[in-house]
Amino acid sequence: MTPAPLLEGRHLKKHFPVTRGLALQRTVGWVRAVDDVSFVIRPGETLSLVGESGAGKTTVAKTVLLLEQLTGGNLLFHGTDVRQFGRAELKEYRSNVQAVFQDPWGSMNPRMRVKTIVGEPLVVNTTLSKQEIYKKVLELLAQVGLRADQAELYPHEFSGGQRQRIAVARALALNPRLVVLDEPVSALDVSIRAQIMNLLKDIQTRYGLSYLLIAHNLATVRYMSHAVAIMYLGEIVEYAEGDELFEQPLHPYTKALMSAALPAHPDEVIEEMVLSGEMPSPLNPPRGCHFHPRCPFAMPICREVAPAVTRAGSSHTVSCHLYDAATA
Amino acid sequence: MQPVTTWQPLLRVEDLRTYFFTRRGVVKAVDGVSFSVAPGETLGIVGESGSGKTITSLSLLRLVPQPGGKIIGGKVLFEGVDLLRLSEAEMRGYRGSKISMILQDPMASLNPVYTIGEQVAEPLRQHQHLAGKTLWDHVTEALRLLRIPSPRERLQNYPHQMSGGMRQRVVGGIAISCLPKLIIADEPTTALDATIQAQYLAHLKDLQRQTNVAMIFVSHDFGIVARMCDRVAVMYAGKIVETASVRELFSNPRHPYTIGLVNSVPRLDRKEERLASIEGQPPALLNLPPGCRFAPRCYAVFDRCWKEQPPNFEAGDDHSASCWRVAS
Repeated sequence: MTPAPLLEGRHLKKHFPVTRGLALQRTVGWVRAVDDVSFVIRPGETLSLVGESGAGKTTVAKTVLLLEQLTGGNLLFHGTDVRQFGRAELKEYRSNVQAVFQDPWGSMNPRMRVKTIVGEPLVVNTTLSKQEIYKKVLELLAQVGLRADQAELYPHEFSGGQRQRIAVARALALNPRLVVLDEPVSALDVSIRAQIMNLLKDIQTRYGLSYLLIAHNLATVRYMSHAVAIMYLGEIVEYAEGDELFEQPLHPYTKALMSAALPAHPDEVIEEMVLSGEMPSPLNPPRGCHFHPRCPFAMPICREVAPAVTRAGSSHTVSCHLYDAATA
Repeated sequence: MQPVTTWQPLLRVEDLRTYFFTRRGVVKAVDGVSFSVAPGETLGIVGESGSGKTITSLSLLRLVPQPGGKIIGGKVLFEGVDLLRLSEAEMRGYRGSKISMILQDPMASLNPVYTIGEQVAEPLRQHQHLAGKTLWDHVTEALRLLRIPSPRERLQNYPHQMSGGMRQRVVGGIAISCLPKLIIADEPTTALDATIQAQYLAHLKDLQRQTNVAMIFVSHDFGIVARMCDRVAVMYAGKIVETASVRELFSNPRHPYTIGLVNSVPRLDRKEERLASIEGQPPALLNLPPGCRFAPRCYAVFDRCWKEQPPNFEAGDDHSASCWRVAS
């Protein structure tokens, strides 16, 4: 029924040391940016990580891209631990896992022509000839809706939406299996966002690609994803597949995020729930449930004991003491 | 919604034109914009980057970026006085006193080397010549209105000691310190996280209920408009293309651009298979086409659109749109 996962994260941990002193650096504490995060990405599907700044979603993306070394846990690609990969396998993994970033201005060399930008992964990773690469670049540009003559232009000659198309073309160059999308539309104008979201969905259907989508806009996430994980202070507090999270949110933080989401219509019904306070520093997270200082339903137990992951449906989990009784 | 008792608008803008004179030609950033705001009302000005919404709001206070920018025509009638005809000294009496502004980036609007208290006190000293205990009572009150916890202790803080959400509240406190009649808020929550944004918007609404201040909300986000505004003006390429009450605009949009925008925003309360997107991108404001500026992207375009600019047509009760389709 459910296909084997393409990528699996098991109890991922990434802690950053906090040091003091110039010459003799002492470690005085740890920032637990990602703390025991597990997830599964299936072929052809999109997993979204949602959370506010500091939740650790970008750190998860960086560990998947192997840009950060894990402090603990395992990352499995097609069932094999990434740590066991040799040189050649690592190179293959890096070709298979590509990324599109938020800022289409910051992620391109302004002195390179579009054909060089899109062709660069091919120059580095394949043995194709110059002509073959050029042909492939034109194909890629056509797939993302750009014209062949635009290959000769520089990034500054494009608008934000077109640059994001170039970024997608570059990410597709090596026929990857997974693309990490880090806030791919939040820097774009409203009328352009739908274009890029539709393009990403079309490409997913055409190639059976998987996406790991990092986003804060829940409506965007609902449109794009097959599964959603809500993160708070380095942990996944709720996970659900399909539309379940949107129709039956359980965790108080998820409910608060839904309530904070801006309506697409003034008549859209929104449960009023404004949180007080802000996300605490991950350097010194609160005891017990990390969310309890802001939680309107906090109970005495929440201040003492961290909640365990509780099953709330066939593909729905939540970490909250409110739902402890359901399993017991 | 505020009942409009006397139809005496607080602010009436007529045919405002702000052009930028550059070496490559004249950029008509604001080209014949008219709207009005009643006391206690919130008007939203929505548009994409380059639509002229920010230049419109800056023009109201005669703060057009120099060099190059110039208000070349129109009227800005505030309580019956044309602000464009005042001397620079008279204008200063309005800024921060009767009309104040909240900008996008709180760090850029706060001075890092002065305490919060000093910065909130400045407009009160300048405009109301307060001093001593009265001054500090007013300052504390302004911070309390924006729900800053323990405002008296916070007065001694510097901006860097506060979080982004808290800083933006301080900027709000400065804006309301002199009890203005009108607040212009230009994307005040773009830099904030979702739950913090919800807090801030709720505080602004509260503040408006308590002081009956009118607001102009400049934003690219239809969601903020849906949540905050009574009436909306949609801007495209330097012109207002549609004005209506917020419910009317979302339920019965008439201009093809507005229709496209309303349909291209994903919804949180239901899953959509595919978003409608507006193809193409906004025009450069140099060398605009002679006819309707939206014509190249419009799905309902016909001959007349290419030749003549459409004027504003009545499209219902307090609803107007500049589109030839609405006329016919």
